[in-house]
Amino acid sequence: MNFDFSDDQKQLRDEARKFLNEKCSPKAVRAVLDGKAPYDRELWKGLADMGFLGVAIPESYGGAGAGHLELCVIAEEIGRALAPVPFSSTVYLAAEALLLAGSEAQKQKWLPAIARGEAIGTLALFEGKGNPSPEAIKLSSGGGTLSGMKTPVADGAIADFAIVAARAGSSGRETDISLFLVDLKSDGVEIKSLTNVDPSRGQAEITFRNCKAEPLGRAGEGWSAISQILDRAAVLIAFEQVGGADRALEMGRDYALDRIAFGRPIGSFQAVKHMLADMYVSATLARSNCYYGAWALSTNSSELPEAAASARISATQAFQHCAKNNIQVHGGMGFTWEFDCHMYYRRSNALALGLGSQSYWEDALIDRMRKRNAA
Amino acid sequence: MNFDDTPQEAAFRAEARKWIEANAPKELEAELSSSSLGRIRLQNHDMVEVGKAWQKKKADGGWACLHWPKEYGGRGASPIERVIWQQEEGVYGKLTQPFQIGEGMCGPTVMAFGSEEAKRLHLPKLASGEEIWCQLFSEPAGGSDVAGLRTRAERKGDNWIVNGQKIWTSGAHYSDYGLLITRTDPNVPKHKGLTMFFLSMRSPGVEVRPIKQANGMQEFNEVYFTDVVIPDSQRLGAVGDGWNVSLTTLMNERMSIGARLATGFPEMFEFCSNLMLEDGLAIDDRATRSKLANWAVKASGLKYTSYRAISALSKGERPGPENSIGKLVAGSMLQDIAMYAMDLEGAAGVLTGASEEQAHGQFQQMMLSSPSMRIAGGTDEILRNIIAERVLGLPGDIRVDKDVPFNKIPTKGR
Repeated sequence: MNFDFSDDQKQLRDEARKFLNEKCSPKAVRAVLDGKAPYDRELWKGLADMGFLGVAIPESYGGAGAGHLELCVIAEEIGRALAPVPFSSTVYLAAEALLLAGSEAQKQKWLPAIARGEAIGTLALFEGKGNPSPEAIKLSSGGGTLSGMKTPVADGAIADFAIVAARAGSSGRETDISLFLVDLKSDGVEIKSLTNVDPSRGQAEITFRNCKAEPLGRAGEGWSAISQILDRAAVLIAFEQVGGADRALEMGRDYALDRIAFGRPIGSFQAVKHMLADMYVSATLARSNCYYGAWALSTNSSELPEAAASARISATQAFQHCAKNNIQVHGGMGFTWEFDCHMYYRRSNALALGLGSQSYWEDALIDRMRKRNAA
Repeated sequence: MNFDDTPQEAAFRAEARKWIEANAPKELEAELSSSSLGRIRLQNHDMVEVGKAWQKKKADGGWACLHWPKEYGGRGASPIERVIWQQEEGVYGKLTQPFQIGEGMCGPTVMAFGSEEAKRLHLPKLASGEEIWCQLFSEPAGGSDVAGLRTRAERKGDNWIVNGQKIWTSGAHYSDYGLLITRTDPNVPKHKGLTMFFLSMRSPGVEVRPIKQANGMQEFNEVYFTDVVIPDSQRLGAVGDGWNVSLTTLMNERMSIGARLATGFPEMFEFCSNLMLEDGLAIDDRATRSKLANWAVKASGLKYTSYRAISALSKGERPGPENSIGKLVAGSMLQDIAMYAMDLEGAAGVLTGASEEQAHGQFQQMMLSSPSMRIAGGTDEILRNIIAERVLGLPGDIRVDKDVPFNKIPTKGR
């Protein structure tokens, strides 16, 4: 059994960590958090130069042609560093959608631009409150145009193009849904930035008014594509969450060693120790579930739907748990703007919702387990 | 990244599977499969006798205590081969329960500290199940605080005279030998005055009394020592070095990888899939689904954590510290699952009668037994301390008794 990343993949992780340590300090994250820039352009260019944006994009489309395991180890480092760049929107969602459903021309046009850091993409799925479902998609398509509104759209204000889920029929079936690709500079597109709990990553509302759109994939297969895209992205974002959870745990551990109260390091009190031990337990369970997800993703296994939901649920729990208790270990200092704890807390809560809520994924996991048991 | 055996591992697995197929007590398979959660009940057989027969057969075939050296009754197998064997042994592994303490803790301690004569005399019999060993560490005054033990051993010529009491001794009532830690010098700080021995459980002055547990069963014992004579040749390690010797024993306990930890999740998933409530199946209930999903990811997290450790073994590396979470997660999960399953049964959940719709009373039994999972082999709190100190590197608790002579430590609180 070799249920681990290879030495080459671990080396790639080390390179990514070293690069992000240099280029993505907490200070750099704060520049975006404080609204000085919509995202870190220099970091984005650097990630492209390192080959990280195109690591899982085939060489024929300008990528490195490595694979999803390589993307997983980079995702972990992106999450650990709280990178204030549209990595997940562009790489896990838009690029994956293009690879899964795009035409040759669409892939040729957008994938090399993504790998070079010259195109930012996103997935426009949600229309207000609620979770992913075909019924929730009202935005309508007809005659090659789209009309309706999407919100929230992650990184929508800085994206060059969006993959948009739209309704083409009203039969009440999944096949009413199709995907479209929209150049966001097109006429009829109106983008409004929205405030959100994690300002180090943007959210936007996008209105489409008879806006020109090209189909992505076959008509009526939009929902099936979205399900696959969400599962794949769930694994990759779970790695970001595990990276963030580990960092939050380390921050708590380091502070507990450093901070003296009642004449001793607070890390010698069992109340604090046990809190940190429980954080370690969550992070470890999540990491192991993520490895299972990585295996399923990289082998295109039929177990991916179950593995993705497990990784997602476990990693969401772990990051939220570690981020909130990191603040608790820090006490009052953890609740200041000056300390970095809140940045992890914010990110953990934003990532917990981006692909649908925890209860949505819990529901999905049980459905998928039942399906397998019945089979 | 893959789950595949290496060619050598595959060959070993095939050999093990073939031998088990030809030799396992098939007549017990159904009963062993249905006795879940580590509790074995066989209708027409004595568990220890059946276990001894299986152990002897394995020893004769060269499949007992696989990781021990051949000259002491083992196979000289690698750690990964031991894990593969456990996977293949499957339900029959439940028959090894009486020997686990001997194989996992007592044997390795004798191997590390015993005389060559003691090793040759006892280890092969331990491996073949002819000798069952128990571990005599915990005391009324020393559970989590093992080094607080008070059983005295006093030197008299070539012998030691032992007086005192041990408690929570699993299997003492059917054991032939015991690994015994005693206090030989109460005038020095508590960790420094301990000495380790082994002794025959049939020595005059040894009295085993079963403890009736909170769940109504009897698996543990109290063991009393009254002027028990142990020859100095049965001492393990130097006089006063018993604490270090015991660390070897306990480390071996925690090294067992891929151990069969029951979480209760598969039983719970099946139960909820079939239980009809007023408005449908339990598994369709939103609150229940949420709980099931949370238990599911804990169970899969534990499974894949052990796979990571097995992968390290397969590469000839030492597994990381992540395996230390197993019992901590599984113990409280069992308890939570049992209580929720009973809740789903409503008022009838109080009944222990073995009706089919109540899943044969297994959750009621689980509820009654699960507190021990959170205590035995290290309480949840001790395990959290271990993770905090050894994995995360946090400082040890400040100990008020550390440098105090043992006989000056207070013995009662208020």
